[in-house]
Amino acid sequence: MSTNDIAQTIREKALWMRRRAFTMVFDARLGHPGGDFSAIDIIATLYFGVMRYDPKKPEMAERDRFIMSKGHATGALYTGLCAAGYFPEDWLNTYMQPQSKLNGHPNRNYLPGVETNTGPLGHGVPVALGIAIAGQLTNADYRTFVLTGDGELQEGSNWEAAMTAGNRKLGKLTLIVDRNRLQQGMGTEETNGLDPLDDKFRAFGWDVEMVDGHDVDALLTALSEPAGGRTKPLCIIANTIKGKGVSFMENIASWHHGVPNAEQHTTALEELI
Amino acid sequence: MAAPAVKQDGLHDCRDAWARTIEDLAAQDPRIVVVVNDSVGSSKLGGFQKKHADRLINVGIAEQNMVGVSAGLANGGRIPFVSAASCFLTGRALEQVKADVAYANFNVKLVGQSSGVAYGELGPTHHSIEDFAWLRPLNNISIVVPADAWETAEAVKWAASHEGPVYIRLSRMPVPDLEVADRKFAHGKAELVRDGSDVTLIACGTMVHLAAKAAADLEAEGISARVLNMGTITPLDEAAIASAAHETGAIVTIEEANIHGGLGGAVAEYTASSEPVPVERMGFPGFVPTGSVEWLFDHFGLTAEGIARTARKAIGRKRA
Repeated sequence: MSTNDIAQTIREKALWMRRRAFTMVFDARLGHPGGDFSAIDIIATLYFGVMRYDPKKPEMAERDRFIMSKGHATGALYTGLCAAGYFPEDWLNTYMQPQSKLNGHPNRNYLPGVETNTGPLGHGVPVALGIAIAGQLTNADYRTFVLTGDGELQEGSNWEAAMTAGNRKLGKLTLIVDRNRLQQGMGTEETNGLDPLDDKFRAFGWDVEMVDGHDVDALLTALSEPAGGRTKPLCIIANTIKGKGVSFMENIASWHHGVPNAEQHTTALEELI
Repeated sequence: MAAPAVKQDGLHDCRDAWARTIEDLAAQDPRIVVVVNDSVGSSKLGGFQKKHADRLINVGIAEQNMVGVSAGLANGGRIPFVSAASCFLTGRALEQVKADVAYANFNVKLVGQSSGVAYGELGPTHHSIEDFAWLRPLNNISIVVPADAWETAEAVKWAASHEGPVYIRLSRMPVPDLEVADRKFAHGKAELVRDGSDVTLIACGTMVHLAAKAAADLEAEGISARVLNMGTITPLDEAAIASAAHETGAIVTIEEANIHGGLGGAVAEYTASSEPVPVERMGFPGFVPTGSVEWLFDHFGLTAEGIARTARKAIGRKRA
């Protein structure tokens, strides 16, 4: 497949993920659609343009790993795993229903393809770091990707892990920050500011790339592994829009865990084409 | 009088047994790694560091990261043993222990060093007496409390072979070897240190030795005390507790821990719902005052005399 074809496939998958995730939230009357939509292009790019995996062998030792540290954005994660072939589409209909495998936050013991249980913020980066260290110890070829929210970086555990990753020169570790600049109540910068975020990661010994987190071509370039690999962990600061793709959701903090009414649901599906 | 169940000579720091055992295991199994928080010396891992430098992962003073990293190492097919002072391992990183290890059910071994009030005068910030109460409600994670060097080595070997999360709680205080004939390590089973019919002393870790001494003293005054080494708190050996309740009619629990939610809490929960008998819980009521380990034990009655006194009280509470 040409790069153009790959990018087109990713865009189609992302569109499907947005439509499906929004309906899941509508049906469940629960969810985090704002953060789902800022992350979906990143997740679609990973699963359909970057990562090596076999959904029939979710425990394969050499698989690339994806850790969803912003575990509340399960609309994005579950539609991505489903599209990647880890489980049948009708499972999505059970989202957050009693006894569902699709809990409000992901559980690796319920669903194939989930690498670790997340939900409390600041847990994904240390776990991803451990996976990358295991790869370093065994000279494994797999890559480890972890996606955090930006507000999530206010948790100190991320910086404990960032320090260790920089010191250990873990070139196979990639952190993507979903930089939508909104946390659940208000902006990140008016809550406990993160800027200059790129300088922070550079100071911790990371390579840093800044991209438009909705530009699939830019994401593919940033996520590709250079010939010879990297000698430092990579932080991709993906500038995104919370609620991206639906006019009335974009950049509105209350859509963090907003639930659409029937009219909003219809309008959104009309826009997502 | 029967010989006391404790050898009078030779005290051992269980951390030495831990260190020897993990070095040997690592030599046999390349998947074994140790994760520490600047705790190489306090975990006695100098030898491990020399022999297996690349498999000693020191994240520095960062307990949340340490436990999260261990879950990731397990995801990557390693068998991580996290070794750190138990106060920080279980307290500072409790949410990581809950979510990343227990709830995610990763094959991670947490080894809490210098537990209980081993740090004595350093005070409650450095004591680990709440760890049982914090970890007992967490699914999947087994809590193992060795009483001596032999049991420590056996527990570490068992943990390495067991698939699933384990918390091994060690002390730094020298203890004698328990003298029990034909010992076999049986995870999840109470070890009968001494049989008896009037009362059962259920102890774990450092307290088993004091319970054995108390039972010997009680025998001199005609009281027959059973002593159980409850080396596994989760899962709890309910059958042994049921037998103790049924056959001796009174129980005293002794732990180097807070009396709320630990071994005594577990025994009381079980007996209250299944075999109601008098249960006296010995340990610490909460944050303790400044004092050496020896002073704290004495102050809170954690001595052979104190245990014997409490045993008489428990017997006195039996219904006619």
